[in-house]
Amino acid sequence: MAENGIGASVPRTEDHRFLTGTGSYTDDSNLPHQTYAAFVRSTHAHATVALDTSAAAAAPGVVAVLTGTDLAGDQVGSLICGWVVTGKDGEPHKAPPHPALAADTVRHVGDAMAIVVAESARAARDAAELVKVDYTPLPAVVSMRDALAEGAPQIHAEAPGNLCYDWEIGDRAATDEAFGRARHVARLDLVNNRLIPNAMEPRAAIGDYNPATGDYTLRLTSQNPHIHRLVLAAFVQIAPEHKLHVIAPDVGGGFGSKIFIYQEETAVLWAAGKIGRPVKWTADRSESFVADAHGRDHETHVELALDEGGRFLGLRVETRANMGAYLSTFASCVPSYLYGTLLQGQYTTEAIYCEVKAVFTNTTPVDALRGAGRPEATYLIERIVDQAAHDMGIDPAELRRRNFIPADAFPYPTKVALEYDSGNYGLALDRALELADYNGFAARRAESEAKGRLRGIGLSAYIEACGIAPSQVVGSLGAGVGLWESGGIRFNPTGNVLVYTGSHSHGQGHETTFAQLVSDYLGVPFENIEVVHGDTEKTPFGMGTYGSRSLAVGGSALVKAMDKIIAKGRKIAAFSLEASEEDIEFSGGDFKVAGTDRSMNIAEVAFSAYVPHNYPLDELEPGLEETGFYDPANFTFPAGTHVCEVEVDPETGTTEIVHWVAVDDFGNVINPMIVEGQVHGGVAHGVGQALLEGCAYDADGQLVTGSFMDYTMPRADDLPDLTVETTCTPCPHNPLGVKGCGEAGAIAAPAAVMNAITHALGTGAIDMPATPQAVWRALNQ
Amino acid sequence: MSVNVSMNVNGRAVCGEVEDRTLLVEFLRENLRLTGTHVGCDTSQCGACVVHVDGRSVKACTMLAVQAEGAEVTTIEGLAQDGKLHPMQEAFRENHGLQCGFCTPGMVMSALDLVERNPDPSSAEVREWLEGNLCRCTGYHNIVKSILAGASAMRGGS
Repeated sequence: MAENGIGASVPRTEDHRFLTGTGSYTDDSNLPHQTYAAFVRSTHAHATVALDTSAAAAAPGVVAVLTGTDLAGDQVGSLICGWVVTGKDGEPHKAPPHPALAADTVRHVGDAMAIVVAESARAARDAAELVKVDYTPLPAVVSMRDALAEGAPQIHAEAPGNLCYDWEIGDRAATDEAFGRARHVARLDLVNNRLIPNAMEPRAAIGDYNPATGDYTLRLTSQNPHIHRLVLAAFVQIAPEHKLHVIAPDVGGGFGSKIFIYQEETAVLWAAGKIGRPVKWTADRSESFVADAHGRDHETHVELALDEGGRFLGLRVETRANMGAYLSTFASCVPSYLYGTLLQGQYTTEAIYCEVKAVFTNTTPVDALRGAGRPEATYLIERIVDQAAHDMGIDPAELRRRNFIPADAFPYPTKVALEYDSGNYGLALDRALELADYNGFAARRAESEAKGRLRGIGLSAYIEACGIAPSQVVGSLGAGVGLWESGGIRFNPTGNVLVYTGSHSHGQGHETTFAQLVSDYLGVPFENIEVVHGDTEKTPFGMGTYGSRSLAVGGSALVKAMDKIIAKGRKIAAFSLEASEEDIEFSGGDFKVAGTDRSMNIAEVAFSAYVPHNYPLDELEPGLEETGFYDPANFTFPAGTHVCEVEVDPETGTTEIVHWVAVDDFGNVINPMIVEGQVHGGVAHGVGQALLEGCAYDADGQLVTGSFMDYTMPRADDLPDLTVETTCTPCPHNPLGVKGCGEAGAIAAPAAVMNAITHALGTGAIDMPATPQAVWRALNQ
Repeated sequence: MSVNVSMNVNGRAVCGEVEDRTLLVEFLRENLRLTGTHVGCDTSQCGACVVHVDGRSVKACTMLAVQAEGAEVTTIEGLAQDGKLHPMQEAFRENHGLQCGFCTPGMVMSALDLVERNPDPSSAEVREWLEGNLCRCTGYHNIVKSILAGASAMRGGS
């Protein structure tokens, strides 16, 4: 293994700028002649509104006050949902209009109604307070149950009964038949709590318009600048794609929340064109709470049918999924194709049927959040498996082992439309149990009991579909885009290399991992490689980063580009070394004539490519630069087992996580240090969901948990040190054998925590977040 | 109302005319263009804005610029000397104590105040000290590891 190559824990290239305070986040930039924006947002969950902007427009420093009426007058298009889910009835989902500024009706607290542009951020905020809004409140529906009730207030005329879609997957008849054969049926009602993403960097956008050329530039916090450009050009129609330059510079965390095309960046870009000056907006955290798309928010009834030996015969799932007030960019696919398709879990369950009602409510829109659908699937599977183990008196580890898809059964076609590519679930479980000292648990429990504490241990054997996604598959399921990725390799004449990726790093460390890959593959020194991302005028069109796809799809695109580089390098070397192309071998950065000591380093080849004084130009093009596009043959399927051990104080209901073991199969790993870090972060996200993070609305649709003082984020002392290991079954269908690791922790963790708590308490009647109050109630009621 | 403020920031005398309601973090970011100090919330919870004022860690979103009149202020930009990272910065780099980097300046500045008060903290003491610093990326595991390593390096350990 090379020092900086594949498999090495190379410290990150990007860290120096972050550690010295010289990163470049969106809010760190300022443009000449810049103005500042503040939004006027609804304080009601549902109302018709009339705005009087005269006082605000006359306030000191105000440049413009623009409303939803102005926006409609300029024929700025609606925000869109990019994935059309078809319901049981064969009809497409309901995607009502979502204007960047609401003109006459607001549908959730925080819905933007006007943008105030001023000479300073303070002046903009002060003036936004002066916009008079005459609200005529309409009845609001906050819970999904209320929204679906007969006679419920209607949020959109286009969505009768507040139903976005009623969707199904699997085989209902076969599942009914399986339940008919069951010896035991385990049942649970589960809430998958709504989460607020809270990337540490609030969203921000700077719009700019150049009247000389008609060009727009949007600098913003985006995980996918090309998707922003595509949607703002093709659908919202502010500027055509070739006249819109989108830059996503350093981005301070995303977790899904910075995928989407939101009201604010749309309004900022439009306003910049209207006033002919740059317009900058940076969210304050209070805005993030009401305006960033939330995650999860499912209510599910699940049943698992087992035979007398504990084998899983059938799984039946009925879910209501909250979409919030509007259908966000990818909201529709999260509780359908990223959820129902994962209900096979790691098991050989013989029949599966799932139906999902997606529901509009007067709450902030809900969309993908770290894991997106897959945490919800794993949570219900792993909770119901534990419930069944409890009901039947079988050890939870043993019950899982009995039902695992065997290691020799891959590729494994699931009952819910996927084909698992590779895996060895028993191996991960066994190693996790060993690291967790599962066999020693009884003694530790006895020790806890002696101190008056309850102790529990919980497993979560999760699976996820990553490397999103084969375009043909997602296209057939309603996606409006292809989900390939691009990669470009440009050699400079002096032999150093620029690497272009259409994926985007907002913490994942692409600048290091991709440089390791290129260094290893092309034999170029690590320090001679620069990775470029996040700029539509620099990189080829790319789909961005989410769904743990960057390496599996984006890295594979780079491999395609590098193969082209090597092929061309071989031609150049053959010419230069006066050998035949077939005799040129490439390894370790050198093109060699087989069986001789004649060779050329790739840097010399690059120089020759740019100084082609003697080239036979009819056979050989100058230059050494190639682009690859990679469309995956399948999803990848990272999987593994996490084990959580907790101690609960029955007096206070406080849960302490005393031990955490994660054993994950991510296929091949390029930088183990970065991979472990991704697991740590994902686990913390999942522990946050399980123990702390509960988004709450009151009956009128006011967000009660609207700040860090009300919404509990995981802090350092909520978490233990984490034991993290990997197993490896390489992905068989991408050239790197990699699977993806960014979401695994968040997918695995909630069920592990809750299974540990239910084990400690001896009752499964508890939902997330298992706050001290919830735990105390479960024990005492 | 505008007022004049002057202070020492990273060893340099600076002054500026600001609105009286200007926060220290705004003065640092907007007037001095020291954008390493970040703003991650509006309720003094997240700690992305931690700087040192007269040697103590302070959330720069929680004090007015005028309150720092005459003070010695150190920001993340003031730590590395002659292009060499401070041992605490180096420890974060070596131990992968950061991912997106947004909380990082506050984490490092906060950690330095901890080590000033407690040169050899335990893992539990580090976790407790970080009460006022939120990170969404790392799960804190490697931040704790970084701070322990940084403290060790500052004590002259390896």
